[in-house]
Amino acid sequence: MPGTRGPVPVPVQNGDRDLTLQILEAVDENASVKTSETFPNASQTEVKAALDRLASRQMIEYETDDSEEVVLTGEGQQIVDEGSHEFKVWDAVRKAGRMSLKDQALATPSAKVGQGNAFKLKWIKKDGDSLIPLTDSVTDTTREVLQYVAEHRALQNPRDLKDLRKRTLVTTQKIITYDARKGPRWARDIPVEVTDLTADMLADGSWKTANFKPYNFKALGEQSQGVGALHPLNKVREEFRKIFFNLGFTEMPTGRFVDTGFWNFDALFVPQQHPARDMQDTFYVSDPPEAGPPGPDPEADAALNAMEEEDRDEEDSDPPTRPTQQPTKHLDYAQYYANVRATHQDGAFGSIGYRYPYNDAEPRRLVLRTHTTAVSTYCLHRLAANPRPAKYFSIDRVFRNETVDATHLAEFHQVEGVIADYGLTLGGLQGFLRRFFKKMGLVGLKFKPAYNPYTEPSMEVFAYHRGLGKLVEIGNSGMFRPEMLLAMGLPEDLRVYGFGLSLERPTMIKYGVNNIRELLGHKVDLGFIEGNAAVRLDKA
Amino acid sequence: MPTISVDKTELYKALGKDYSRDEFDELCFEFGIELDEDTTGREEPAQLKIEIPANRYDMLCFEGIALNLNVFLGRQAMPTYTLKPPPGGALETVTVSPATAAVRPYFSCAILRGVQFTPARYASFIALQDKLHANLARQRSLVAIGTHDLDTLQGPFSYEALPPDQIRFAPLNQTRAMTATEMMGFYEKDKHLARYLPIIRDSPVYPVIYDANRTVLSLPPIINGNHSKLTLATTNIFIDITATDKTKLEIVTHILVAMFSQYCADPFTIEPVRILSPHNTESRTSPDLTPRTTHASAAYINSITGLSLPRTTITTLLKKMCYHATPSPTSPDTLDVAIPITRADVLHEADIMEDAAIAYGFNKLPRAFPATKAAAAAALPINKLADIVRLESAMAGWAEVMPLTLCSLDENYQWLNKSPPSSSEQQKPIRLQNPKTAEYQIVRTSLLPGLLKTLRENKHHAVPMRIFEVGDVAFQDARLERRSRNERHFAAAWYGKQAGFEMVHGLLDRVMMMLRVGFVARGGEGKGEGGEGYWIEEVEDATYLAGHAAAIYLQLAGRKAQKIGTFGILHPSVLKAFELPFPASTLELNVEVFL
Repeated sequence: MPGTRGPVPVPVQNGDRDLTLQILEAVDENASVKTSETFPNASQTEVKAALDRLASRQMIEYETDDSEEVVLTGEGQQIVDEGSHEFKVWDAVRKAGRMSLKDQALATPSAKVGQGNAFKLKWIKKDGDSLIPLTDSVTDTTREVLQYVAEHRALQNPRDLKDLRKRTLVTTQKIITYDARKGPRWARDIPVEVTDLTADMLADGSWKTANFKPYNFKALGEQSQGVGALHPLNKVREEFRKIFFNLGFTEMPTGRFVDTGFWNFDALFVPQQHPARDMQDTFYVSDPPEAGPPGPDPEADAALNAMEEEDRDEEDSDPPTRPTQQPTKHLDYAQYYANVRATHQDGAFGSIGYRYPYNDAEPRRLVLRTHTTAVSTYCLHRLAANPRPAKYFSIDRVFRNETVDATHLAEFHQVEGVIADYGLTLGGLQGFLRRFFKKMGLVGLKFKPAYNPYTEPSMEVFAYHRGLGKLVEIGNSGMFRPEMLLAMGLPEDLRVYGFGLSLERPTMIKYGVNNIRELLGHKVDLGFIEGNAAVRLDKA
Repeated sequence: MPTISVDKTELYKALGKDYSRDEFDELCFEFGIELDEDTTGREEPAQLKIEIPANRYDMLCFEGIALNLNVFLGRQAMPTYTLKPPPGGALETVTVSPATAAVRPYFSCAILRGVQFTPARYASFIALQDKLHANLARQRSLVAIGTHDLDTLQGPFSYEALPPDQIRFAPLNQTRAMTATEMMGFYEKDKHLARYLPIIRDSPVYPVIYDANRTVLSLPPIINGNHSKLTLATTNIFIDITATDKTKLEIVTHILVAMFSQYCADPFTIEPVRILSPHNTESRTSPDLTPRTTHASAAYINSITGLSLPRTTITTLLKKMCYHATPSPTSPDTLDVAIPITRADVLHEADIMEDAAIAYGFNKLPRAFPATKAAAAAALPINKLADIVRLESAMAGWAEVMPLTLCSLDENYQWLNKSPPSSSEQQKPIRLQNPKTAEYQIVRTSLLPGLLKTLRENKHHAVPMRIFEVGDVAFQDARLERRSRNERHFAAAWYGKQAGFEMVHGLLDRVMMMLRVGFVARGGEGKGEGGEGYWIEEVEDATYLAGHAAAIYLQLAGRKAQKIGTFGILHPSVLKAFELPFPASTLELNVEVFL
């Protein structure tokens, strides 16, 4: 047991005598000791423990013999003691001279068996409704065979075994016996061994002469380390955050599970009749009943301002020296709303729009955000006050009104990145994603044209999966549509990449989890949380 | 995304090549569709199930997939669709009654002449209507299609809106005539049609289309008449389309005639119909097959694709995507682009640019890592703070869990011996309107239910269990645009043979120490000696066992002292509600106050 200190062993006791010492004596006196013969009354586990104790010190060595022996059942023992059933019937009939078939002595089950056997052996016969003996003396073979078993724990003729077993007179049992002899470090006495170096030993100097017990290098160390643990999803999240920080991204303020139809859909140029906006796919909020008009979010702005401030040197805080410190435009939210409305309904900013009657109630509906892109939209619109290159990311929870199963939960985490800059190209997005996913150990990226209401072009990102031996989809990406960006008031030449993936999917692949409910939510196994390895995405 | 099933042999025949699975996968990948499944060996004839982008209504049938791929492969030019009046020259007419404005205001129609149906073409024609109804038409609510054997009918036609009792006809596949009112009852249990009934059921008038003999063609969006039923032998097809959305009406009209006019006696010709609808100025000849013309800038396309292609090369690329583009004779950078009627998805120059990129090949574009001048990395302050609490808790030997944020009212309140706040109170929960899973009634306002459910699901684990979460709860907040706000909380639970009150208390002390907040001993409500720091006071809280609950108070420099959370031994009735046989202590506090 881990943590045991001080001299060992505490000897195993066999009755009043120490079995370990008995074995030492026996091995000392004989070249080879068979434990089943020398210690017939010691239990096998006791013998093994004592042998192991000595063998671990190389004082003895031993081999294990497995064999089978035949032993009597209770009924078999009774026959050995009293004679077989047929003998007992014959004996009773012989003594009585004549015995009625209705005699109580013949009524027991064993007497019935004995009567049948005695007939077969022609020891007795029926005479009217009585039994009479046919012979004065018999040989009780069954008893003799069983007596042999009792003495030898085996049968002279192994063919009898099947028959006797069927008659439940004998059974077999496995016996383990050990053949022990002197080992390389033979000694007549057990030396006192210590398992650990103690402060006392250092103090009195006894460590110099102490006999240390050999360490078992095949066993695990102490397992109860009093561990705390981080959740595997958050461990993967942290790896993603490191990648984003490494690439110069700022984290977006995602502290709003509830968002408006405007920020979650309309501002993203998702038409009001889009299937994603169905009650089947989106959680709508019944209380509070309705959102306010689009406007600034002071809490989000404060967080963004604080982060931008972090990155500003004291020396160049003088506004005119920094291009990003140009006087900021006032963000006109009413104009923004009007632009979004016009883009959907009538077309604007070079787009013919969706040309449907825009319903002003839809943007006021409250939803559980279906994607963190609602937040990216807010941040991009904020950028219109002072258009400049920016890199944003977020990893947070999103909600879909899904029927829950092994691969779908009503909530999961979205990893999202946004890059705004002048003169961005589609190949540049591919180049960026190649670098991003390489940090996760994913290479050989391929891009497939896809459809997304708010990006054009849109590309699904695929990587070659070595385990599956094929291309697998690892994320989505695209360049935000002009309808979305120009309505915000961003300049035409400021282009914006967007890309995203779920946090759960790479985590499930990484940790071999097949059921998402065993990863996120209360059905997760605490042992899994405590036992999962570090992430090391680059070592995929 | 819709998935379309097509006959594999027929499609490969149409594409002029017997593709291997890899070859066809590759073609789909480059074009931007996806081969979902090949039923070879499991179904006769073998089907390919192909996923189509949700905005490509022109690929919702065999004909559209074959057409787009053939044009992409350069095997076929994009057809020019033309109007061809009937031999006599006199167009069929449909008069739209002003009464339709009240229920289904928009109408469109077209005639296909000399169509040669085969069983496969017929099935595809029906399936396309189903797909359009289901997707673009939002279950027929926006648009509904009726198709008829024109030879059984007699023009001129009329689109009217009448009280349901005045409409009487035998619906499709029925011999008995019934009124529209009766039909509502007749189809109430119909597993296919019942879902469309509510679209018009409560309207005082129902939309209906008649021929000159008052034969009913359709009762949109529910059902057609049996009289003009389409059969395999039908050659002249009258298509009626009604809608509440004018844009989608035109899209559906265009897709139907574009996909099936190829089977006309004179392929790609459509017979126009005169629509008289003066009340809403929608009188016109239908359909309008004129491609939409627009301009695209070669410089714009090149700048986003990172290429420097001459205009003539771009026109060749666009041709593969069904456009007809020519370099503008008047402007050196401009392309004059004609967008065919099939490409309703093209809204902006950006769509044309993307198609040029697809035709060029996404995976052939020059990949360059963008050298952006964006500002440097920064972590969100609340996440930085939360990470301190998370890491310190884990280092103190507690295991992090991540329960769900959606839960039931009972879990969040009653099971913790609390009641939901009344309408006048603060901290009201956010309630969901339409959850598919009944237990998702609200967004949690406490982290405790998730922790206790996690313990409940882990009874096989050795005790004591020590778990924590740092996560968001949410409340209503009338002051904000979203009328709600998230709040970052920290919560922990100890569960074992003993209640562990001192354990959660010790974790609180440890986390406070790591946040550089000192413990101060104080009297009630923060009165008395001591400067900034935290202290605890006994509190009455029904979640906890009486006398074993503490409120946590915090005073930071320059701020008012405030209660930031509670901890204590859970009340046995709470344990029972969460099916926990052993005692437990929990801690929950607001983390945002430390920002």
